[in-house]
Amino acid sequence: MIKAKDLTKVFNSGLLLSKNIITAVDEVNFEIGRGEILALVGESGSGKSTIGKMMLKLLKPSGGQILLEDKDIFSISNNKEFYSRVQGIFQDPYSSFNPIFKVNRIFKLVRQSFKKEISISEWNDRVEEVLKKVGLNAGDVLNKYIHQLSGGQLQRLLIARALLMDVEVLVADEITSMLDASTRVDVLEALLSLKEIGASILFVTHDLSQAYYISDKIVVLYKGSVVESGSIEKVFSNPMHPYTRMLLDSIPQLDRKWEEDRISVEDFDKSRAAWKEGLCKYIDRCSLADVNCMRPKLKLVEEDHYVACVKI
Amino acid sequence: MVEIKGLKIYYKTLRGDAKALDDVTFTINDREILGIAGESGCGKSTLGNSLILLKPPMKYVSGEVRLNGERLPIDNTVEMRKYRYKKIYLIPQYAMDALNPTRKIGGIIKDLVGQHRVKYEEIEGRLHERLRMVKLPKDILNMYPFELSGGMKQRLVLVISTLLNPDLLIADEVTSALDVSSQKAVSLMFKEFRDREIVNSIIFITHDIAVLYQIADRIVIMYAGKVVEIGPTEEIMANPLHPYTKALIKSLPNAGIRHTKEKLEGIPGHPPNLINPPAGCRFRDRCPLADENCLEEPPLAEINKGQYVACWKVKDL
Ligand SMILES: Nc1ncnc2c1ncn2[C@@H]1O[C@H](COP(=O)(O)OP(=O)(O)OP(=O)(O)O)[C@@H](O)[C@H]1O
Ligand SMILES: Nc1ncnc2c1ncn2[C@@H]1O[C@H](COP(=O)(O)OP(=O)(O)OP(=O)(O)O)[C@@H](O)[C@H]1O
Ligand code: SF4
Ligand SMILES: [Mg+2]
Ligand SMILES: [Mg+2]
Repeated sequence: MIKAKDLTKVFNSGLLLSKNIITAVDEVNFEIGRGEILALVGESGSGKSTIGKMMLKLLKPSGGQILLEDKDIFSISNNKEFYSRVQGIFQDPYSSFNPIFKVNRIFKLVRQSFKKEISISEWNDRVEEVLKKVGLNAGDVLNKYIHQLSGGQLQRLLIARALLMDVEVLVADEITSMLDASTRVDVLEALLSLKEIGASILFVTHDLSQAYYISDKIVVLYKGSVVESGSIEKVFSNPMHPYTRMLLDSIPQLDRKWEEDRISVEDFDKSRAAWKEGLCKYIDRCSLADVNCMRPKLKLVEEDHYVACVKI
Repeated sequence: MVEIKGLKIYYKTLRGDAKALDDVTFTINDREILGIAGESGCGKSTLGNSLILLKPPMKYVSGEVRLNGERLPIDNTVEMRKYRYKKIYLIPQYAMDALNPTRKIGGIIKDLVGQHRVKYEEIEGRLHERLRMVKLPKDILNMYPFELSGGMKQRLVLVISTLLNPDLLIADEVTSALDVSSQKAVSLMFKEFRDREIVNSIIFITHDIAVLYQIADRIVIMYAGKVVEIGPTEEIMANPLHPYTKALIKSLPNAGIRHTKEKLEGIPGHPPNLINPPAGCRFRDRCPLADENCLEEPPLAEINKGQYVACWKVKDL
């Protein structure tokens, strides 16, 4: 089980003197139980990857904690042990590996580092089986170099690796975003098999249909703050925050064309200049906003369903 | 107009050539957004990359590409320099993450145009105007890439890649990492750049058919290095003819399905190995209609007006 408690990350992007402070993650709380999938949804720049990186100890929080079975992950000093329990897969899968590695070398290394007790021949059988599970053909991929695989092939390979390691926590950061519909189904199924063996999965995505398909819980982020969270069934059947509603409305449909006059993009000037400390972060895009929209706190609106909006 | 004829691009590997593009033929018309879709690994990025820069182990085997009638020296990386950026430009997959994080955006743009021997002062006015078009302020030039959200970055990448008004812009998965609202904004801006004739034509590569439905005029469906179907967007969506296209469209997720209630189904089986692809139709061992005729390769034939399909069975449907 993994838990984020008041997790906060502030970047001081001002190289030297400028005072450009970005609160990328702002007091975020959630908990992912054994065998649970939590969808972390939000637009680009909302802080999803930053949360994922902190869970992987790739970034230090500026405030708050991440607890793995009630132990602060930054107090686990044995990194090898930590990474045998917690693994991540990223948006750009090529960034995770040395491109001159061959695929079979990656699997050999996993065995050597984490699963020495398994015999080589049994390991090879497992590798083959797990590759099949994620829709890859061992004969096709094992002898290739990383850069010889397509993006989609590599994503599935990385899930296979996590499956082989029996990880407790997987951070999956936009891993299906470059995949076609059919391959994506294979990857989602692969994640579900990881859930079945009891892993806690943080499923970072911008795709709400995928989030709904596989997750148990959801956290919707906007500029680093949670605007809505809870059981995925509750949030989808009764979305309350104006941002969640807007996201649900802009899913591209196959039977309806976008209306071109309704391009709504974040208004950069407005969001930088007009926004003052203490106001709701969504104020510049919100249709319900007025001067009373001070920074809202998350409120329980029904069992297992929280919303942060003063108008609710 | 861009004409691609019989293009074969292979990757050299120790175990033989991977036939990633094997006899690909289609045209991109003036003022057109041509979408390219297909399963992961089918050769979409290879196609885009080969029109810009053939990096080893990629190798040119045969075929030709003509831009407004003129043959492009795609097999000659030095000769291609004349065309790259100025006439054809590619926004590579993962371009967003590739912006140099230690350089300010204005500096990145200066470097890029400098490499192509264009003076920054010459394009500065245009740069400001284009930033306005995509609703980004000038101040952005003094910022670092990490200060922008993904949607803003992709809008910036669109501006940067069209500064010299290329004839052909190839966009490889540019909306795949964005949330639905930015995805919409960015896609519509690509369309606007075409509508305003800043670029003449666009090849829009994506696995996301729902986005293509929104902005593409025609769609090319690829499978294992081959074009299996081409047609007007409406036809491909409403009346797909190739068994692979049908399966692909059927596997699109509907919003509102939970894995506990209903299992999404992919297309069973794997795409073939591209080093020794089976003879005949490459979709054969996954195709529900396959029979002994399919041991021979089906030609891409016009079945409806403007809709071309490579399948022996399609006339019987
Ligand atoms: N190293 C860094 N230095 C300064 N700012 C950063 C750094 N990394 C991220 N940021 C900023 O933090 C915010 C959150 O970024 P993050 O990458 O977590 O967003 P995201 O939700 O994962 O977005 P995307 O969907 O584009 O991947 C952004 O404003 C980003 O520019
Ligand atoms: N350097 C390389 N050496 C050998 N084979 C390669 C190389 N690069 C790509 N390939 C192979 O060529 C095929 C096409 O790859 P490509 O990247 O064009 O696919 P894609 O359609 O863009 O996939 P995706 O949707 O995952 O991005 C794949 O089967 C891949 O394994
Ligand atoms: S040619 Fe045969 S195998 Fe290929 S798609 Fe058509 S029916 Fe299926
Ligand atoms: Mg991210
Ligand atoms: Mg690609």
